[in-house]
Amino acid sequence: MALPPYTTLGEKIWHYLFRTICGLIFLFLIMPILVVLPLSFNVEPYFSFTEGMLRFDSEAFSLRWYKDILTNGMAAPEAPVDWVWVADSWKNGQWIRAIKNSFIIGIASTLIATSLGTLAAVGLSRSEMPYKRFIMAVLISPMIVPLVITAAGMFYAFAQIQLNQTYIGVILAHVVLGTPFVIITVTATLVGFDKSLIRASNSLGAGAGTTFFKIQMPLILPGVISGGLFAFITSFDEVVAIIFLASPEQRTIPRQMWSGIREQISPTILAVATLLVLLSIVLLTVIELLRRRSERLRGITRT
Amino acid sequence: MPNVVEPITAADGTPLKKKLARALFRSKLRAAGLVLPLFAFIIATFVVPIFALMLQGVHNDTFYTYMPRTAEVLNDWDGESLPGELVFATLAAELAKGKKERTVGKVATRVNRQYSGARSTFTKTARKAVKMEAPFKEAILKADKKWKRVEFWQAIKLTSETWTPAFYGAALDYELKLNEGFERKVEKERIHVKLFWRTLVISAVVMGCCLLLGYPVAYLLATLPLKTSNLLMILVLLPFWTSLLVRTTAWIAILQSQGVVNDILVWVGVTSDDSRFSLIYNMTGTVVAMTHILLPFMVLPLYSVMKTIPPAYVRAARSLGATPTLAFLRIYLPQTVPGIGAGGLLVFILAIGYYITPALVGGQSGVLISNMIAFHMKSSLNWSLAAALGGILLAGVLLLYWAYDRVVGIDNVKLG
Repeated sequence: MALPPYTTLGEKIWHYLFRTICGLIFLFLIMPILVVLPLSFNVEPYFSFTEGMLRFDSEAFSLRWYKDILTNGMAAPEAPVDWVWVADSWKNGQWIRAIKNSFIIGIASTLIATSLGTLAAVGLSRSEMPYKRFIMAVLISPMIVPLVITAAGMFYAFAQIQLNQTYIGVILAHVVLGTPFVIITVTATLVGFDKSLIRASNSLGAGAGTTFFKIQMPLILPGVISGGLFAFITSFDEVVAIIFLASPEQRTIPRQMWSGIREQISPTILAVATLLVLLSIVLLTVIELLRRRSERLRGITRT
Repeated sequence: MPNVVEPITAADGTPLKKKLARALFRSKLRAAGLVLPLFAFIIATFVVPIFALMLQGVHNDTFYTYMPRTAEVLNDWDGESLPGELVFATLAAELAKGKKERTVGKVATRVNRQYSGARSTFTKTARKAVKMEAPFKEAILKADKKWKRVEFWQAIKLTSETWTPAFYGAALDYELKLNEGFERKVEKERIHVKLFWRTLVISAVVMGCCLLLGYPVAYLLATLPLKTSNLLMILVLLPFWTSLLVRTTAWIAILQSQGVVNDILVWVGVTSDDSRFSLIYNMTGTVVAMTHILLPFMVLPLYSVMKTIPPAYVRAARSLGATPTLAFLRIYLPQTVPGIGAGGLLVFILAIGYYITPALVGGQSGVLISNMIAFHMKSSLNWSLAAALGGILLAGVLLLYWAYDRVVGIDNVKLG
């Protein structure tokens, strides 16, 4: 955006000052990621930059913390790398187990949250739905109620029915926390949905099921998938419910990081963090592509 | 001949009005049927558990469950002077029973919350109660001198009541006294109200910081050409999508005394190597990390509001002679108020219940009320107090949620 020729000196100064301020704020936003990336390659077991790192000494960098993700907790981490080593890591590695748990819990809760949430969003978007505002408020509330209260309530209630410290309990909790995101994204997609398509399909003889799966679902699918991704990342990132409801057997990545930060700070956490940043970049890209596709499908051109 | 209006009927002879009502009812049912599974699920796994926990805030039957007869005989006691032999005899019998069934510890812990030091009195007396003989009053009074105090008996009577406002009182730093009502705790024991205040203040400060940092960024994003602003938007969305734990870890690396910020300050010469600033494990750390984490929740609503403001308004104001400041204050700012309201409320609601970040970077001075709730749930196991604290927090959050629904409408929440 070039400045028009009639701007005064003061306006010019303000213009560039404003840009600088914004640049600093963007730096603030991105700084954690910028710091975590190089530190995860630190050869020393510290959280700070060493002199060697600042001089770009190749000896000051290493992949040892990435290796530690695989070996931490193994029976024989020093053994030669072969199938036995891989099996050992798969079975005993602390971080490996956390990663496995995160995916099991994340995928299971995402599937349930997405199917329940999509159905509910379709129902809520119908104009004949009674008490819409109230029901919507209840369904979104898990996003608003402080996590500690949610987790404590579940901890208390699940204790009565022996669901604490089980996978089922944790998954149920994550479904509850994930559904608001599914509802919000799917509802947003349904806003632009042309309802006459349903009527057209019905008048051509399709039943409710056929209409839903053949007509409505393909059109709202991008919204459903991005809602699912939101639910997945919510579960993947969630730690309060895990702290309350899970036993060491159900430790997830965030839970492992939580105890890592509180007990023995090691740069392995930074290596894991770097991998998680990469994962979020991938997910962000997918979401953006889906959003564009959805807009194209619905015939919305961006202004 | 009078003109009788025949009701319009459908093919099968039923009035059309009735038929329409029936069809509408059926489609209503169908819509409700789609929502029902999730609604039932949320009620069962979210609303009911929280409600059950909140009930603990006013209802605690530990004493009544394990010493029901003592609770009953205490009911008739006037609370003025030491109770009679009947109460002592019942107490001795139930203490002995509790000792045998190993439940006396639970009762002792419960009474201890009302009267500190009661725990040892109960366990000690229970040990002796097994061999006690009549007259029980004398025997029990000999077992521990606390039994001679009327206040101790008053505390026991209070804990024997299953429905009690005592925990909500404690959550607001008031102590419940028998026959006297609530009494404010002594200065140094008033911790909860202070914590509630700190939570409110930190949330407000975080909201203010988010607004201060989010407003210029949102303005820049809304006014730049779409291609550039989409690129810059990634810088806002990437942190939003990055794990909370990752960002908190990163802030530890940045703000700790050997961290990046202090290193730079030492290098520049602002401070010397042995007087580095303590930026983390205190309130500063909490505010900085929370501002960073909640900033996208401020930028996104502001951006979507600013996007809809035509730039011609400010230009018109300028051409009519307004200075840039005046044009901003009188023309632009008022139009962004909905965005400020939406973003501010959302940030405040999320900040007020924050747990993870304060627990990791807050140290002593940066913890919030959520951390206290978690402490009472997990460590001190005083669930009733946790429920009372949580009840107050929840009431505040629900009030703000209601306001948010009025101002913004929950169906207008946007993500990314």
